[in-house]
Amino acid sequence: MTDPGTVLKDELYGDMPKLDVGAIRADFPILGREVNGRPLVYLDSAATSQKPVQVVEAMREFALAHNANVSRSVHTLGTEATEGYEGARVKVAAFIGAARPEEVVFTKNSTESINLVAYSMLAASLDPKADPRLRLGPGDEVAITEMEHHSNIVPWQLLCERTGATLRWLGIADTGRLDLSNLGEIVNERTKIVSFVHQSNLLGTINQVSPIAQRAREVGALVMIDASQSVPHMGVDLADYDVDFMVFTGHKMLGPTGIGVLYGRTELLEAMPPFLGGGSMIETVSMTGSTFAAPPAKFEAGTPPIVEAYGLGVAVDYLNRVGMDAIRWHEKELTAYALAALGTVDGLRVVGPGAAVGRGGCVSFHLDGIHPHDVGQILDSEGVEVRVGHHCAKPTCVRFGVPATTRASFYLYNTTAEVDALIAGLEKVRKVFG
Amino acid sequence: MQLTDLYQEIILDHYKHPHGRGLRDPYEAEAHHVNPTCGDEITLRVHLEGDKVADVSYDGVGCSISQASASVLFDLLNGKALSEAMTTIEAFTELMTGKGEVEPDEDVLEDAVAFAGVAKYPARVKCALLSWMAFKDAAARAASESGDKS
Repeated sequence: MTDPGTVLKDELYGDMPKLDVGAIRADFPILGREVNGRPLVYLDSAATSQKPVQVVEAMREFALAHNANVSRSVHTLGTEATEGYEGARVKVAAFIGAARPEEVVFTKNSTESINLVAYSMLAASLDPKADPRLRLGPGDEVAITEMEHHSNIVPWQLLCERTGATLRWLGIADTGRLDLSNLGEIVNERTKIVSFVHQSNLLGTINQVSPIAQRAREVGALVMIDASQSVPHMGVDLADYDVDFMVFTGHKMLGPTGIGVLYGRTELLEAMPPFLGGGSMIETVSMTGSTFAAPPAKFEAGTPPIVEAYGLGVAVDYLNRVGMDAIRWHEKELTAYALAALGTVDGLRVVGPGAAVGRGGCVSFHLDGIHPHDVGQILDSEGVEVRVGHHCAKPTCVRFGVPATTRASFYLYNTTAEVDALIAGLEKVRKVFG
Repeated sequence: MQLTDLYQEIILDHYKHPHGRGLRDPYEAEAHHVNPTCGDEITLRVHLEGDKVADVSYDGVGCSISQASASVLFDLLNGKALSEAMTTIEAFTELMTGKGEVEPDEDVLEDAVAFAGVAKYPARVKCALLSWMAFKDAAARAASESGDKS
């Protein structure tokens, strides 16, 4: 069903790293189940990935054999739990090329990571002695883009409302890529922070970091990237990106829910006021005031998600074993195949870049005259699980004039046969609503 | 579960050929309801003459279930006494929140019995109820509005 000219040919790309998708699928028992009497076709990894048995079993073993609270016990179990938790931090730091493990702050998810920075900047704005880079007031600006997930919009709207600062937006071109023609105007001398998505969760677009980061440096603004959709799918090495903060979440990269990451440059984490107050984040507490621990502990108040952090470390091991380059290439092949196949469906419009270049394996589309909810429901009856709705990116939907989209997203365990099942499902959708 | 439970022909027919669609004057109250999870939207106006629902007019975007449900609502509630309309809404709400275990009364619900299958799909119940909640909201305000005038 696909024009062979549009798929990536082996003879041209034979040197690209390959993965054994059959062997990988065997590690994910859920992929063997049925949904509505059909084999499960899981095309919703951009929402949450499935977990390999290695991660689930390691977490189980950790909880059953090494459970204790971290950082405060002299006993053996406490030491083991702390080693597990801090070991995960070391793995995550190495995975993203952070200079030091202490630059990795564990949070609940990407949303909390972004809020941590925004709330810390709010606290700084209330303190005249705080680092001026973190302080906002009337006349100052925050820059984001129209391509953001709501989690990278709402915290900044709140920060701007509360400080009197102004929120500025970079737009999106018709091609589904950021429109940087007015970058110089949107990111200017008044900008305190620029926060933007590395890979769009709706369009699939992978944004180039350097032009924006470079402009931010010119004007002295901080830079944050939301890498929730990129870190799980491609090798992200911080050495390649001049950013101050990066956020991502465990459950989209084969790890559990409840564990996320804020990467921050040490010098900034040290300058930032704390976010949540409580146990573990202090140096000393007296009735007249408290002093705070060094980062990352400063930002990890209360008992953290210990088993979840450990599980994320095991997920990182799994990804490293398969190889991020092989994963990236596998998804690129799937995306090229899917884009070509989707092009054969009547009345279907891809929302986002139409070629498998500068984009990830997350493809949104609109079927003429059929609401995505109905598309998703019929696909589900065929065992094909896709995401429908606005994908927590309403401004992006508005930009492309659609109330919602259907989104298929791929990961290391997906196959071209599953893309075929999607296309067959879409034909059924057309039949029911045609 | 059978997909045909959900997409009954009656529902698809109302979706493709909606009854009473379009916003009309006069009206005493208008309600705009959205389903934040999927972006379905409905704007619905209620015009009362005394105790009678003299016109229900609506416009919206959304899935087949939400839009067909608005069309069925128009058929069922337009021209009815307000108290009777509220009874119908109660019956429909009970059907939709009954997890597929409520036996619908065809005399009260007419075409709306086709939505019985939707109740088995928790993710879609909100879609079916969207316009009905908007009606409840607008009718309550329209009633107090006309009450204020008399």
